Amino acid sequence: MMFPAEVLQAIWLTLRLATTATLLLLLIGTPLAWWLARTHSWLRGPVAAVVALPLVLPPTVLGFYLLLALAPAGPIGQLTGALGLGSLAFTFEGLVIGSILYSLPFVVQPIQNAFHAMGDGPLEVAATFGAGPWKRFFTVAIPLARPGFISGSILGFAHTVGEFGVVLMIGGNIPGETRVVSVQIYEQVEALQFAEAHWLAGSMVVFSFLVLLVVYGSLGRRAVPGMRFGS
Amino acid sequence: MHVRIAYAMAQPAGGEFRLEVDVEIPARGITCVFGASGSGKSTLLRCLAGLDRPQSAWIKVEGEIWQDETRLLPTHSRRIGYVFQDASLLPHLSARRNLHYGRDPGSDADTADAVKLLGIDHLLDKNPRQLSGGERQRVALARALLSRPRLLLLDEPLSALDVARKQELLPYLQRLPEQLDCPIVYVTHSPDEVARLAAHVLVLDEGRCVARGSVTELMASRQLPVNAAGESGVVLETAIAGLDAEWNLAKAEFADGSMLIPDPGVTAGGLIRLRILARDISLSHAVEAHSSILNRLPATVLRIEESPDAAMCMVHLQVGENSRLLSRVSRKSARRLKLAPGSSIFAEIKSVAILQ
Repeated sequence: MMFPAEVLQAIWLTLRLATTATLLLLLIGTPLAWWLARTHSWLRGPVAAVVALPLVLPPTVLGFYLLLALAPAGPIGQLTGALGLGSLAFTFEGLVIGSILYSLPFVVQPIQNAFHAMGDGPLEVAATFGAGPWKRFFTVAIPLARPGFISGSILGFAHTVGEFGVVLMIGGNIPGETRVVSVQIYEQVEALQFAEAHWLAGSMVVFSFLVLLVVYGSLGRRAVPGMRFGS
Repeated sequence: MHVRIAYAMAQPAGGEFRLEVDVEIPARGITCVFGASGSGKSTLLRCLAGLDRPQSAWIKVEGEIWQDETRLLPTHSRRIGYVFQDASLLPHLSARRNLHYGRDPGSDADTADAVKLLGIDHLLDKNPRQLSGGERQRVALARALLSRPRLLLLDEPLSALDVARKQELLPYLQRLPEQLDCPIVYVTHSPDEVARLAAHVLVLDEGRCVARGSVTELMASRQLPVNAAGESGVVLETAIAGLDAEWNLAKAEFADGSMLIPDPGVTAGGLIRLRILARDISLSHAVEAHSSILNRLPATVLRIEESPDAAMCMVHLQVGENSRLLSRVSRKSARRLKLAPGSSIFAEIKSVAILQ
């Protein structure tokens, strides 16, 4: 057996976290990306800056504020408390919220760039073909922005797999609940289990390489929308 | 249909562009909107489609109000066909799915007719990316025909094509009025396309309509701003009255006379549009017996356009009751012939272009 049970548990937890976060990010990120790509509102600049904040902030800063927000006295904590869910700090759900914020730009920006690159042309053509706004969005905008959705999903997933600082701040280190792969590696190194750490860390390197190979290799012939940050 | 638009739009370079038109567009036939780049032609078309939203407009098509002070019908609720300069198709769908996208595309028989008419049968399973510019425009035209529009809008549909492809597409465009019983608005900056396609013309300049009327009127009165003087000329609608098989000639009759033209391959009774450029008409007093000129029409000088600093002048001629010709001759010749309004003269036609 290559990995002991606790490591497998960490891997499974990480995949579950990244999948959940990526799916929710697609739901939240798509309308956000659409709005950012098409609005002329003055709010566009501030909103784009907020979305991009996780790119530049140390994860500990994000984690610190999230911890305060999720705590029973914080705004999210009060809400979840009122709903009878208790505080989400140090829970899997809390990690999902943290991951969504942390990986938001990696999903929103490729989709936003794809919507932007598509231009008004195809949407105007669809309108002259008699398609209303919803039909235009689902039958024209989304199919044409597919490369953006693919790279956004891959990058969002991979980035969530690789997060460490936010997890440590708001998730702690609870096996099966919040101990993801990156935290597991940290644990192993702290315990001087270098051989085990090698296996897991090496696997992460291979995984990340393969993901980027897919993004740059298969999508690279077209422009990769995700690789151009900012608007 | 009636169109009144007042539209002020901010320019990316600063300042603003104003489009102000108030025109009646004939319910049938091709109306060409002619003008230089930046005259507002495409903007007018986009306003008719609802893609641009003018601050104030009154657009009424076949009794249905598309825009007035209180209402604005969105683009997808207007029954229009729109052929853009290049990208008139959805790039991610095959030609066939483009034909069927959106509202009820009519019966299979209609589809078969349109596909046959435009010769696009072999293109249906290809993506727009795999089609040439001319093929894409033919698919777009088929789509426009199929949608049974109440208004067909064409925005320089030939401008992205090379000369050979233009010639290939023109016959399809010329047949549009037979296929569609609705106003057809065709934007172009090409005098040649106006001469070939238009029944009516609107001339736009800096957002205003500076001339409008039938193509024969406007061409004859030189109200179409044409860049080179060599392009001036008239358009005549003629009917083929007889064929002379020995010399491959046909007799083309117009309201006030007739001409011999190279056999256009049309049976007797067929309608032919001719264009005669001003530089191809010379003037003489006597009927020259020894000349290669076939067509010589008696005419009366209406007026002479000349300026002292140019060698050439433009002579406006009347033939019979209603037909007009233009002749471009040197000022020296005009003086030698003692031309003046009212003079009788023979117009010798050196060449005739058969447009359709």
